[in-house]
Amino acid sequence: MSASSRKTQVQYDAIVVGSGAGGGMAALHLTVNGLKVLMLEAGRNYDPVRETPMFQLPKDAPLRGDSTPGKPFGFFDATVDGGWRVPGEPYTNAPGSNFLWWRSRMLGGRTNHWGRIAPRMGPYDFKPRSRDGLGFDWPLTYDDLEPYYDKTEALIGVYAHSESLENTPVSRNGTQLPPPKPRAFELLTRKFCQPLGIPVIPAPIAVLTQKQDAEKWPAKLFPGNALAQRVIRDSMRSRQACFYATDCGRGCSIKANFQSPTVLIPPALATGNLTIVPNAMVREVTLDNRGRASGVNYVDKTTRAEVRARARIVVLAASACETARIMLNSKSSLFPNGIANGSGLVGRYLMDTVGAGIGGQIPALENLPPHNDEGTTRHHLYIPWWLYGEQKASRMNFARGYHVEFGGTRGMPGPGIFSGLEHYTDGAYGTRFKQEARRYYGSFVWFDGRGEMIPNDDSYCELDPTIVDQWGIPVLRFHWKWSSHENNQAAHMIKTFAQIIESMGGKVGGKVEPDGSKLIAKGGEMIHEVGTVRMGDDPKSSVLNPFCQAWDVKNLFVTDGAPFVSNADKNPTISILALAWRTCDHIVAEMKRGNV
Amino acid sequence: MDRRDLLKTLGAGAALPILGTPGSPPQDPPTPQGPPWTGPAGTETDPDLLRAKASWPGILTGPELATLTALCDVIIPADEKSPAASAVGVPDYINEWASAPYDYQRSALVTIRGGLIWLDGESNRRFGKPFTSLSDAEKAAICDDICYEPRAKPEFKAGAAFFDLIRNLTASGFYTTREGMKDLQYLGNVPSQRWDGPPPEVLKHLGLAE
Repeated sequence: MSASSRKTQVQYDAIVVGSGAGGGMAALHLTVNGLKVLMLEAGRNYDPVRETPMFQLPKDAPLRGDSTPGKPFGFFDATVDGGWRVPGEPYTNAPGSNFLWWRSRMLGGRTNHWGRIAPRMGPYDFKPRSRDGLGFDWPLTYDDLEPYYDKTEALIGVYAHSESLENTPVSRNGTQLPPPKPRAFELLTRKFCQPLGIPVIPAPIAVLTQKQDAEKWPAKLFPGNALAQRVIRDSMRSRQACFYATDCGRGCSIKANFQSPTVLIPPALATGNLTIVPNAMVREVTLDNRGRASGVNYVDKTTRAEVRARARIVVLAASACETARIMLNSKSSLFPNGIANGSGLVGRYLMDTVGAGIGGQIPALENLPPHNDEGTTRHHLYIPWWLYGEQKASRMNFARGYHVEFGGTRGMPGPGIFSGLEHYTDGAYGTRFKQEARRYYGSFVWFDGRGEMIPNDDSYCELDPTIVDQWGIPVLRFHWKWSSHENNQAAHMIKTFAQIIESMGGKVGGKVEPDGSKLIAKGGEMIHEVGTVRMGDDPKSSVLNPFCQAWDVKNLFVTDGAPFVSNADKNPTISILALAWRTCDHIVAEMKRGNV
Repeated sequence: MDRRDLLKTLGAGAALPILGTPGSPPQDPPTPQGPPWTGPAGTETDPDLLRAKASWPGILTGPELATLTALCDVIIPADEKSPAASAVGVPDYINEWASAPYDYQRSALVTIRGGLIWLDGESNRRFGKPFTSLSDAEKAAICDDICYEPRAKPEFKAGAAFFDLIRNLTASGFYTTREGMKDLQYLGNVPSQRWDGPPPEVLKHLGLAE
C-alpha cells in the first residue's frame, strides 16, 4: 500500500512528537489552550496505574529482579522496550567513541523511571561563558525561567530545601513542598560534612510529600482558563501523597511522583483536545511549498507502513538525540542537510552529565536498631556544588561544579546484597556469615557525583550513512570526547568522597583512583543527553531562537532537552519542563497573533 | 493497536477548530480517553511485571543440585534466627539463575558446573567420599581453603572464585525471601501516611540525639 493512500485526512493544530517531559508538557499546554493536538509516541501505550508493580518483592521476579539484557536496570524498572539497546533500532559510534544511549519505547518515555531529582538551574548556569569564558551563554536568564520553574513545581509537585544557596535557588513563592525528615545515614553524613565545609541540604525531588492543593493552584497556574483549571483540579485531586514505600523507579500507581502518563497526559486527554497514537515512529518533518512544516511522516509499527500526519505546527520532543535524528532525516531541496539546519549545528554540542562514584563502609552505622528507613525511596538530603568561590578565584583545575547524590539505608534486600562482604569478613561463611550480614546490613554508603560538562566540538551525533533501523530510518552515529575539565572534576569527586567517608570513620571500598579519565562514566551513561538543537540569539550560531522556535522554519518548535545550550550539574528534567511551558506560551501567543 | 483502532483514534480528532477560547469551558465536557490499552507484550523487553516468571528450564541435574544444596547450607546454615538456605529454596533460585539464557549467566554456569565437579573431586581426594557425605568438619576443611580468594593458595584460586560466586548467589537467594528479610530485620515496603524520620533510639545510637 502506498504512503499516500494512508494519508490521514485530519489536520491538527499541532503534532507533538514524543510523550515524555517535553512532549507531555507541550500536549498539556496546547490542549488546555484549545488546540487540537496529535501526539505521536514511538512506543506502546503505558498505564502506570494499572501496570506498576507496587510492593512486589524480588522473589516475585525472575532472577530476584536482577538486571538482564532486556531489563538493564532490573526487572521492575519502569522501562519498556528500551535500555541501552532497543530491539531493531540500533545506533553506532565513530571509531574511538563509546557513547551510550538509553531509550524507552512507552507512553511517557523516560519520565516513568527517572530519578525524580529536580534541581533548578541557577543564575550562573544560564551565563557560563560570561562567567568563565568557556562554552556558551543561553539566550535567556534565570529571571526569564524563574516563573516557569515556580509554575512547573506547583504543577508536578517537588519537595525541596527552603532557602537558596549560591547558584542553587529555590522558589520565592512557596511552590515547593516540604522535604521529608532525613534518614539516619543522611544525618550522619551531614554531621561529618559540616567541618569539611560541605553543605548537606534537603534534595529537590519530584515526589508529593503532601497532597497538592487542588483548590489553590489551578487558578494560580491558569488564570482565566476554566478548561485548564478544571482538568488540572481533577488531576491534582486524583494524585495521592507518597506513602513512603516501594521504589519510585518502578513508577507509581498512586501518582505520588512525577511521570508524564500520570501527571501531564491525563489532564491533556481530559480537555478532549488530545489524540494519542502510540507505536508511531516518526521519520521526518515534512515541508509545504512555502518552506513551512506541514506535518510528519511516521511508520506505524503495528502495520510497518508509513503514515502521513498534517498540522499547522510541529513540536519535536522525542529526546535530544532522537529529535536531532528526525531533523537530520528531514531532507529537502530547501534543507539538504536536514530541516532548519541552515546553521549546520543540528546534532552538534551533544552533552551528558559527568558521573563518578565510590562507596564505603561506616562502622558507626553497624548494628543500628531496626527501623524502616525507606522514606520516599529517593534522596531526602543531597550536596549542592559548594566551591563556586574557589573556581571563580581560579584555584581549581576544572571550571564547573557537581552535586552529590548519596545513598545508604536498610533498604529492601535485593540480588547482590552481600557481594563483596567477604572483604570485610575475611571470607566468612556459615553461622558467622549470618552474624556478619546482620552487623553490616545498612552500614554501607555511596556517593555519586553528577557534574557539568562543557560542550565541545568533538561530541556530537550525525546520521550514519550506511545503517538504517528496522523501520528503514537512518540511524545516529555518535562522536564523544571528555575534556580535562570533566576528567579533573571526576577525580575531585572521588577524592572528596573518600575524604567524607574517612571523616565518618569509614573505609572506602576499593582504591581511590587519582586519574579522572579512568573514573568518569561513559558519555550518555548518566542519561542526561541535552544539546544537539541549541537555542541562541543568532541564527548563524544556533538552530532555535530564544523561544525554542526554529530560526529557519517558523512553525517548528523543540521542547525536549535538545535546545539546551549548556548542561549544568542540575538534572535536566525540571528545566525541560519549565522551558517547554515557556515555549508553549510563545506558541499559543504566536498562533493567536496569526504569526504561525 | 490494529488498523481499525488506529483509524478510530485518528477519527476521534476530526473536528478542526482553529484556536479555542481559553476562558470558556467546552459545551460538552468530554471524557478522557487515551488510546486502547493492551498491556505488556510479554516479551523480554516488555514482560508482565505483575505476573512474572522465569521462562527457562533449570539446567543443573539432580546430583549437581544435591552438591549445590549441601554447599548452600554450609554457607547459610540454620541458626536460632532463621532457617538454612535450602529451606527457603535457594538451590532452586541458583539453578534458575545459572540456567538463564544470557551471556553473563552462561559464562557463570561454566564456573558453577565445573566448580561442583571440582568440589566433589576434592572431597574424594581428601576424604574418599563425595561432598554431600562429608561431616561438617570435613566440609569446613575444604571450605576454609577456598572461602577467601585473596588468601587462597594458588591451587585453590579457581575453587575460591567458584565459592565466592556461590556465596553471593546464596546470600542473594536467601536474603530476598521473607525469612531472609526477617533475619536482617528489614522493616520497609509498608505504606504509611506519615514519615517521622529515624526513631530516637537510632539517633542515640549514632550520637545524633538532641
